[in-house]
Amino acid sequence: MVCELWKTRLDTYLDGELASEEMLAFDSHVHSCSTCGADALSRVQMKRSIQAVGKRFTPSPEFRKRVQRRIEARPRRAAFGIAWMMASAVIAVLVVGGLASIYRGRDTARAEQVYSEVADLHVGMLASAAPVDVVSTDRHTVKPWFQGRIPFAFDLPELQNSEFSLLGGRMTYLAQTPGAHLVYEVRKHRISVLVFQEESLRARLAENAPAKKELSFNVETWSHGGLRYFVIGDTSAIDVHNLAELLKSAAA
Amino acid sequence: MTTLAVYHIDVSGVDPQSGSFEELAMPLFDPLYNFAHWLTRNRDQAEDLVQETYLKALKGFSSFQLGTNFRAWMYRILRNTFLTSCAGLKATTTLPLDDAEDDEGPELAVEFVTPETILIDRSNAYLVEREIDELPVHFREVLLLSEVEEMSYQEIAETLSVPIGTVMSRLSRARKRLRDGLRQRMSEGSRSGETSLKNGMIYGL
Repeated sequence: MVCELWKTRLDTYLDGELASEEMLAFDSHVHSCSTCGADALSRVQMKRSIQAVGKRFTPSPEFRKRVQRRIEARPRRAAFGIAWMMASAVIAVLVVGGLASIYRGRDTARAEQVYSEVADLHVGMLASAAPVDVVSTDRHTVKPWFQGRIPFAFDLPELQNSEFSLLGGRMTYLAQTPGAHLVYEVRKHRISVLVFQEESLRARLAENAPAKKELSFNVETWSHGGLRYFVIGDTSAIDVHNLAELLKSAAA
Repeated sequence: MTTLAVYHIDVSGVDPQSGSFEELAMPLFDPLYNFAHWLTRNRDQAEDLVQETYLKALKGFSSFQLGTNFRAWMYRILRNTFLTSCAGLKATTTLPLDDAEDDEGPELAVEFVTPETILIDRSNAYLVEREIDELPVHFREVLLLSEVEEMSYQEIAETLSVPIGTVMSRLSRARKRLRDGLRQRMSEGSRSGETSLKNGMIYGL
């Protein structure tokens, strides 16, 4: 009966998570009780096996380099401090400039963050070994795939007479909200089309924001029927605009 | 905790005030990838998961609170990203609603031929691997964080955003499932006479 009480806490003892007095008492018991000693030994062996087996997967050097390249150019934490100081100075100027300017600045910062996240989603797709979860050049295959995966439906354009082709789609998230990530191709350039519910982004973007450049990508965004669309790619602004127009006409 | 780690993460020597994100985060790259692969069971998905984790962490690094646990913070981002992914949503559909489910109390009986003693033979590692792989994700993750990453209960609680009591309970049940699963495989193997079991795994049985 005494041993049963010890055994209920044996794993906690072997994990080193008991209080020091309890650890000492356990040490003493395990050394004097052959049954508990044998049980402890077998559990340690199990821990070692899990540990050996658990360290099974290693990333490829190429993948490590890819991620490292993406993060190494960013500023050091100390630089963040300087950035914050500069930001504070800018805010101070805005305060002097008037409340209206502050509101405009805040809206711009929110929108910039959204654009930045959209660019990250596009780059993440480009860098991925599996850029799409559903592969297709047919809108009738891709669209149904999203049923039950995202809480809304959307329309896709016919592409027969255009230079665009639909490669496929994948699930994505922006501001903790699920959305559709469609991948199109034009002359070997990949373009991402991202569709989210507008209500999750309303506070961060104007209804129809102008086309812009983000990290050298051309971006166009608009809102229609409760959905927010983004088109982003490294191809020309005209291509991005043409694809945006096709999507708008399909949704109209 | 045991001290058998092949890789050891020590960010205590890095001053987070002056250290770059890269200096803090890159030493975690291999273990994070390993953990991601165990969660997703797929190389491509693990790479996507790790890449997304690093991008999110980099973006949120300026708001990372100094003095808090950077490793737990990174693992938490990875796990939350996994749980909201397609693979994560599929994996968690088997999560029991009640944490007390299938809790049959501690294992008290002592067996001198146990799954653990048989595991002395390293050639049987694949059996353990299969058993870990078949654990539900909420058991698999807690077991790996404890045994492979050698996290303390407190650190696991921070990573999973659950109380320490839940960590202890899940860990205990994960180990019990693992032992039960191994015991089952051994008895099936001895009945069917699998070659691998003949080759040293059932000595003593």
